[in-house]
Amino acid sequence: MAKVAKIDASGIYYRELNQQIRRLATEGAQQIELHNVCGQRYIGTNLDRPVEIEIFGTPGNDLGAFMNGSEITVNGNAQDGCGNTMNEGKIVIQGHAGDIIGSSARGGKIFIKGSVSYRTGIHMKEYQNKQPAIVIGGTTQDFVGEYMAGGILVLLGLNLNGGENHKACFIGTGMHGGVIYIRGGIEDYQLGKEVGIAELAENDHQILHQLVSEFSSYFGYNAELILNHRFIKLFPRYLRPYGRLYAY
Amino acid sequence: MKSYLEPKFIIQRDQERCIQCKVCITQCSVDTHYYDTEDDEVKSYPDTCVGCQRCVVFCPTQALTVKKNPNEYRENYNWSPEVIEDITKQAETGGILLTGMGNDRDYPIYWDHLLLNASQVTNPSIDPLREPMELATYLGRKPDRVEIDPDTLSLKTKLDPLVKLDIPIMFAAMSYGAVSINVQESLARAATEMGTLWDTGEGGLHSKLYKYGSHTVVQVASGRFGVHPDYLNAARVVEIKIGQGAKPGIGGHLPGEKVSDQVSLTRMIPQGTDALSPAPQHDIYSIEDLAQLIYALKEATNYTKPISVKIAAVHNSAAIASGMVRAGADIIVLDGFRGATGATPKIIRNNVGIPIELALASVDNRLRQEGLRNQASIVISGGIRNSGDVAKAIALGADAIYIGTAALVALGCHLCQQCHTGKCSWGICTTDPTLTKRINPDIGARRLANLLHSWSLELKDMLGGMGINAIESLRGNRLHLRGVGLTDTELRILGVRMAGE
Repeated sequence: MAKVAKIDASGIYYRELNQQIRRLATEGAQQIELHNVCGQRYIGTNLDRPVEIEIFGTPGNDLGAFMNGSEITVNGNAQDGCGNTMNEGKIVIQGHAGDIIGSSARGGKIFIKGSVSYRTGIHMKEYQNKQPAIVIGGTTQDFVGEYMAGGILVLLGLNLNGGENHKACFIGTGMHGGVIYIRGGIEDYQLGKEVGIAELAENDHQILHQLVSEFSSYFGYNAELILNHRFIKLFPRYLRPYGRLYAY
Repeated sequence: MKSYLEPKFIIQRDQERCIQCKVCITQCSVDTHYYDTEDDEVKSYPDTCVGCQRCVVFCPTQALTVKKNPNEYRENYNWSPEVIEDITKQAETGGILLTGMGNDRDYPIYWDHLLLNASQVTNPSIDPLREPMELATYLGRKPDRVEIDPDTLSLKTKLDPLVKLDIPIMFAAMSYGAVSINVQESLARAATEMGTLWDTGEGGLHSKLYKYGSHTVVQVASGRFGVHPDYLNAARVVEIKIGQGAKPGIGGHLPGEKVSDQVSLTRMIPQGTDALSPAPQHDIYSIEDLAQLIYALKEATNYTKPISVKIAAVHNSAAIASGMVRAGADIIVLDGFRGATGATPKIIRNNVGIPIELALASVDNRLRQEGLRNQASIVISGGIRNSGDVAKAIALGADAIYIGTAALVALGCHLCQQCHTGKCSWGICTTDPTLTKRINPDIGARRLANLLHSWSLELKDMLGGMGINAIESLRGNRLHLRGVGLTDTELRILGVRMAGE
């Protein structure tokens, strides 16, 4: 039977809070509920074994940084650096999130119901059987997918009014791996020079179906209704975008 | 397009000595030597020669001499042959000129304008052959004050994690991918033998080298290659790399052809794609953000390891260093403009950054003025050539020194500056499987340990001469230095008096 442990985080400094979480995880807690979280950083970093953490309130920056297999649910908004250099695990955010979500992640999944700020998925990678994925229900600011070297980024635009385009510019600048799927309007000038646009192929539909279904299951959407809409696919035009820059 | 470039070197083959053994052909990695079947003779084709001296060293009969091309341009101080060649190369390619190693220009070398003191009459010098001489150095955050329990006489103050070095000389960051695995193994083994540290650079830690973890500094740089909980936990020190002296302010591109299967495994990226390190770390746009990453790493390693932050020495290093210490860095690394690299735009290497001596003096000074000096150790790097430079650096305020180029020279590097081509004939800066075999880790580790051993003997000699028996007494002790041939401003920044004063 799963053991659920609870912590009231009000007034606790992040270092103490994370020590308490670590202690609980080491003692064998499989599920940990954190209440009244207010800006504490690094929740989910350095746990010696994976646990499920449910957060009520607003966690601070670097939520799940370097995380290795835990699952975090945030009943609220998340701030910057969520999933930073994550190796494995899952983060579900029932609100919005800040800058550089999933920065340099090499594995794991991040689902965000609302919108995100700048540089989401920057320098995400993939490696062997690891392929990180970020699904954003709303829209994003500039530089989404910048320097992307692998992984899957899905932008659903569910909060755009009918006919309204995404506003982000420099999408996929410097991208040299991975794939970005976008639902909702976008103009050519909003894209980085290194990305190409393509229609979805059969395997793209499969990937999207899987990710959007999972997304919908967390946030109470109908996946079919979301998928029944035009998506475009952005891919890196070059594996080596800067290979011809130099004289030897 | 016809190239207007001329050969850089000429090869003189003494035909009386040459025994046609073809060793030069097999040793050369740029196809300078060849066997002419019609003449039944080994010949050379100097166009490709880079002056690495590999054939000269390995020729069993000393038949070869490699010389600078004596072909002379009309003299012009402004338009030197190198300037003309660079323009020619750019006119023919349209690219950024790449090079390897560190700044090779004739900017001042301040070490050569600083002289150490020795005891005469009024205080006795010490003979290190007969008396103990302490080189041990502790890196990390030191407390403002210590409290001793009067009953047990044990330390009451809880110390931050410290790293003990038996000698204050470590091996600088050189990533796997830039240098070969055999080079890294040589460094790791020598560091372990000599009680010091080596640094992975930003290319991850090969599974084969995890066993040297307790003597390893692992880097977290903008590419975050191979940064994984096991990697962080294996290390003795975790180092955040903001910049390096050979290319301050810019990122790095490890070309896809160097990303072999082993490099891909270690960096945790797909094989054959470029490994791009962005210029900034995108989670660090301010000192506050740096603090965030420092503490993320402290959290990730449960506060058991010092966190180091490395920057290139630039104009405002002192103010930046102050911010770094306030952000929580336990060790700060300053890499001077002579610091080397596997590849850098030549224009950056030759024109950006400041001399490490001035950066060190001003950083040490600033941290003292602000009462922060005990909170972080200072490690410097960038062109340290011998134990004299090490002693002077410690007297200027460094806790320890990183050596990179000197370590590579110990392994055979002849500074031909072709690191960026991946064709290092000495088997150092390459991932080519055949060339890589030229470094045997047994011999490599021996050569490196020998170098450190020599320098530690010399350091002890210098300390003894000054009448002190611990490196700690030299640290930041600028009274042991005097300047020669320096202006008042230079002396003021270095905080040393003119010789004779």
